[in-house]
Amino acid sequence: MKTNLYNYILELGDNCLIAGQRLGELCGHGPSLETDIACTNISLDLFGQTRSYFQYAADVKGDNATEDSIAFLRYEQQYKNVLLVEQPNRDFAYTVARQYLFDVFHLLLLEKLQFSQDMTLSAIAKKSIKEVSYHVRFSGDWIKRLGDGTDESHEKMQAAINDLWTYTNELFEVTEAAKSLIDDGIAIDAATLKESYYEKVSALLEEATLTIPESKYFQKGGKSGVHTEHLGYLLADMQYMQRAYPNMTW
Amino acid sequence: MKNESENNSSLSLEEIFEQRIANDEKIEPKDWMPEKYRKTHIRQISQHAHSEIVGMLPEGNWITRAPSLRRKVALLAKVQDEAGHGLYLYSACETLGVSREELYEQLHSGKAKYSSIFNYPTITWADMGAIGWLVDGAAIINQVPLCNTSYGPYARAMVRVCKEESFHQRQGFEIMLTLCKGTEVQKQMAQDALNRWWWPALMMLGPTDDVSVHTEQSMKWKLKRKTNDELRQQFIDQTVPQADILGLTIPDPDLKWNEKTGHYDFGEINWDEFWQVVKGHGPCNKERMDARVGAWERGTWVRDAAMAYAEKQQNRKENAAKAV
Repeated sequence: MKTNLYNYILELGDNCLIAGQRLGELCGHGPSLETDIACTNISLDLFGQTRSYFQYAADVKGDNATEDSIAFLRYEQQYKNVLLVEQPNRDFAYTVARQYLFDVFHLLLLEKLQFSQDMTLSAIAKKSIKEVSYHVRFSGDWIKRLGDGTDESHEKMQAAINDLWTYTNELFEVTEAAKSLIDDGIAIDAATLKESYYEKVSALLEEATLTIPESKYFQKGGKSGVHTEHLGYLLADMQYMQRAYPNMTW
Repeated sequence: MKNESENNSSLSLEEIFEQRIANDEKIEPKDWMPEKYRKTHIRQISQHAHSEIVGMLPEGNWITRAPSLRRKVALLAKVQDEAGHGLYLYSACETLGVSREELYEQLHSGKAKYSSIFNYPTITWADMGAIGWLVDGAAIINQVPLCNTSYGPYARAMVRVCKEESFHQRQGFEIMLTLCKGTEVQKQMAQDALNRWWWPALMMLGPTDDVSVHTEQSMKWKLKRKTNDELRQQFIDQTVPQADILGLTIPDPDLKWNEKTGHYDFGEINWDEFWQVVKGHGPCNKERMDARVGAWERGTWVRDAAMAYAEKQQNRKENAAKAV
């Protein structure tokens, strides 16, 4: 098996899987019918992307792997999503901030990944770009509405950005798997996205009358399987059916 | 013989209205309509909209636990469709001169009802199948005739709603079929879901004709084409063979084919349970309302922010225009 390629696909797919799962929790509980529709819509896009990545990962892995064994039957330490996307929906500002901080990165990544020498990754990226451009617009617009809305919403938005900021730097960490695939033009060197990421995010936060956090202290570990305490609960919920009723078709 | 315009001029507004309905003409928002017609439609369309919105909760309950990615995606798409149906129906209702906020207020205060079925809990994954197959199935029986109802905006909304509902029903049946072709444990899960959803699904078609208070008027306005009992019989006749295909047993010892009538005879519905649920004391009435009211209240600051932002943007635009 091409272990590095497999691990790199997981790195891409797990972000979509976990971000999608978080948004899926909100169904029917959002501040308006329109935001409920938008959040399920984004969740649906992300799970669609997850399926594309995991179908490919299953091919690469062989060994009777399926998109579902890859999604549901790994242990916590085997999930490679960034810590940012597993953060809980504490309130709508947190959801929007988590989404925006991820969406901007996601779009920058896909814009490069579409030129990957790996034709499958390139095809997935091309399809996903359209969806993720919509996600950035949705989350960015809400950052502006909440940041430049009322005093209360401004405060909540700022608190969410401050808290989640600590997880942004991990987005640009380059894993061993990615490193081994960058020279062949298969993987993207995430470090090269950092500058334009912080430029874009800062410009929007400023427009939203928010303060760019000054913190220089960042958390990381997700890409190497060392997660926050939140992921265990998320997986217990997500994997429940496959664990309780193994080897069945649904 | 009088010509038609002379004829009309001698008729009251009400008579012209009744004539238009009899001729299968659509009534549109700006047309004159009797106050009772308007009120009945607000009641029915808003109940329908509320049902779509509350109906997101029992199914939303399984999104994070769906057993495969394919099922998760389908379930998300379905719940999203339901939210969309809620939107069209609220819009259709607003054409009758009531605001969405008023309608929400009626739902949250308990003044407006929603379909009693959504007060039952979704306990296992098989409930996603049973809801699609039985609940959407019963909904379609109720709703297809509404594609031809006399009020134009409602009829047009229903065309789209019905298309998506039939798709959901097929999806639900497919979930049941997969379970029934699966392991013994899966088949038991499917049977258990059928046992719990069968009678509540029959209750969705409403009280029996002798106690249904709105039927006569609704038939006149073409809001209804068949009575509750006729629709229920149609649902049972169409669903029993589907249960046979699945190899499942309908939880009704009195159910049997009647050669003479060409229909299935069936057992007595527990109407005490029906009225208990309708009056707010079903298994999940409180949770469902708490979830809706809670989401609305927790969302207040978000909606306020959106309003404040929109106003600021408007002011900025106006000031920029003045400066030029």
